[in-house]
Amino acid sequence: MASQQRRFTRFARTIAVAASATAIIALSACSSGGGGGGDGSDLGFTPAEQVKDSPITVWVDASREPAIEAFQAKYPDIDVNVETYDGNASGSGSFQTKIALFDQAGEGWPDVVFSTQNNDASWASKETNGVQAFAAPVNKGWFDQDFLDGFTPGSLDPLTVDGTVYGLRNDLAQSVFWYDQALFDQFGYEIPTTWEEYEQLSDKLAAEHPGYILGSVGDAFLGMLVYYWGAQAPVFQLDGDTFSSDVSAENSQKMTELLDHMVANGTLTKDSVFSSDFVQKYQGKALGMPGPVWFTGALFQNPDSLNVPAGQIGAGAPLHWEGEEIATGNVGGGTWFASSHTKNLDAVKTMMEFVTSSDEYQVELTGGYPAYADAAEKWIAKQANGGYFVGDFEQTVVDAASQVWSGWGYPSFSAETAYSKIVLPALAAGDTIESVAPEWQQEMENEAQVQGYTVAQ
Amino acid sequence: MGKKKLIAISNMTAPAVGQLDGRRREPRTRRKNPNRAQARMGYTFSAGYGILLVLFGLLPTLYAIFLAFTHEGAFVGLDNFVRVFNDYRFWPAVQHVAVYLVIWLTFQTIFVVLLALIVHAFRARWMSMSTRFVYYIPGALAGASSVMLWLFLLDPSVSPVSGILRALGMDSFVETVSIENLPVIFTIIAFWTGAGGWIVIMYGALNNISQEVMEAARVDGAGAVKTAWYIQLPLLRKWISYMGIMTLAAGTQLFVEPRILSQASKGVVPGDYSLNQLAYLYAFRQNDFNGSAAISLILLVVALGLAAFFVFRGGLFERD
Repeated sequence: MASQQRRFTRFARTIAVAASATAIIALSACSSGGGGGGDGSDLGFTPAEQVKDSPITVWVDASREPAIEAFQAKYPDIDVNVETYDGNASGSGSFQTKIALFDQAGEGWPDVVFSTQNNDASWASKETNGVQAFAAPVNKGWFDQDFLDGFTPGSLDPLTVDGTVYGLRNDLAQSVFWYDQALFDQFGYEIPTTWEEYEQLSDKLAAEHPGYILGSVGDAFLGMLVYYWGAQAPVFQLDGDTFSSDVSAENSQKMTELLDHMVANGTLTKDSVFSSDFVQKYQGKALGMPGPVWFTGALFQNPDSLNVPAGQIGAGAPLHWEGEEIATGNVGGGTWFASSHTKNLDAVKTMMEFVTSSDEYQVELTGGYPAYADAAEKWIAKQANGGYFVGDFEQTVVDAASQVWSGWGYPSFSAETAYSKIVLPALAAGDTIESVAPEWQQEMENEAQVQGYTVAQ
Repeated sequence: MGKKKLIAISNMTAPAVGQLDGRRREPRTRRKNPNRAQARMGYTFSAGYGILLVLFGLLPTLYAIFLAFTHEGAFVGLDNFVRVFNDYRFWPAVQHVAVYLVIWLTFQTIFVVLLALIVHAFRARWMSMSTRFVYYIPGALAGASSVMLWLFLLDPSVSPVSGILRALGMDSFVETVSIENLPVIFTIIAFWTGAGGWIVIMYGALNNISQEVMEAARVDGAGAVKTAWYIQLPLLRKWISYMGIMTLAAGTQLFVEPRILSQASKGVVPGDYSLNQLAYLYAFRQNDFNGSAAISLILLVVALGLAAFFVFRGGLFERD
């Protein structure tokens, strides 16, 4: 009995010690979290105490490393620590995860971060648990308005929250209609300019040349960001803190019918464009497909993908509904964020300007369409010079950059998850999009709700 | 996590009692006191584990309890739990994990015991040894890397067993990883990685059954099946319930497999499939560490309850 008693006391003491230790940790965590926002300064945020010439830490994905190397070559005096991470690719959330932990710890933030997602501003612009928002506003006195005006109109929209811009866009990913001129000539078809013509062409193609395709619905980004966004369908909208999704609106419904129709006649494949099945089945068999600018490098000029020879691929104006203005979707495009906690604002500013607008990086080294208009013109001219593309490739792509439909929302959750969860499995099982549309809308609304948005009925 | 901790706590206190007893009996012969030396050894061996357990097991648990009942430092009662219960993702996640646990636990218990009995029955030493080795290999791979391997096996367009997948009506990766297939897929992955270690443990337990008992059974005319059923299985009861507890502990925390599948399938496997994933989303997507702590606390309570069931029904702490 006595030993029982002693054992219990000992156990209780351990618990007590542990509990008090926890309390200390908890308290210190709370106290270090203090001191938030306040727009007292002329920058739009409260800068940390500056340390002259202190090193800056930069997070980039592997594809953006050349940007930093070019920067170091030009500015050898600025001390830069480069850390490579997954770039937040496919909405992995690693950027937000890590910042959440640094916020909790009250230190350790990187100074500049590149992210492949363009809805990060939705959370990075918000104060969390009393800690100043991670992303520093760039248009409240920090960067010159002249410089900011140099970006393609609309390209900073995803980073704008209530009129404040929280980062700089790296590249744009506007959609155009890619076509294979050689196949169009061979079959004697006209290149479609509207969604209606596109659908009619699909029936003709299915009847006369089965096995050829006009696109894919096997990726969530294609369904959501190319087709529904390009159709100006109000399935993913944000107004202040109110999220709305309407799959039964006219444009949404028209696009759903078009997709179901073309899946049924076999001209839209259910294979992901990045799957090996897609490459095996459709090399040389893609008559045309709506898709983002980066399809050039990712699919057409890629030996491991469609690998289309030079002189065949052209870019047509984005498809649109008859009688409506031309509008298109956008699939990604990276963003550079500056930390509001940085101890070296000058170095961060120099780097942000360099990586977004310099010829050394944006014209010479990058694979995507630069968001900075000046660089974009030089970049596209360089692409066109290679003689790979046919038709008026240059002008079409430049025009499309400012034709991105502004009705699309950038809430803190991805437009692709609900489509992946509900629509893709339904398509794979042979069902239509129409049959799961209400469920799909419900899923988006649920997601909005748990993220704290009000859902419009 | 929960039951590991409980067991560890009872382990930690046990040597302390032994040491006190030893000191009382032979206070003067300090140097040569074997009990005392043993006790010190015991402390040394368990200290490393004990310290880490307090730092990374006990303290975080207490911090989670603190978080689960507070919001921005103020006590809020059960608010965090209510919010989690009302989340539309919570109950589907509970259901996913429950179905997976039932399937996995059943499958694992039956096949591990069966395979251990078979391996134990091998007469040739080399054969028994090499089978145990082969069983064990997959377990030596880290969880995430074995899921990567399964990603290839499950994608009909690259899988070496695509014939089987297509025969089962799965023509694409999206169809393979549809939500109703997942519990079975996770069971197969978990069995493949985890069963080997357990077979080796069961084999050891079977070796512990005294030769006399086995011989007596043979003399009485019991065949292999009868011996297994009436002698070996009852004597394995403790080990089976121990395996049950560990399986539950790992199973309720399902995270790596669905997370990697979710990323690989670009979201066809939802990012909120399991409870642990949901806790992760709460903490890092919604910046709601309190809600996240509430979920982990629920997991802890459920897992502790189930573990208690196994401990008492399996007679885990009874002495032979």
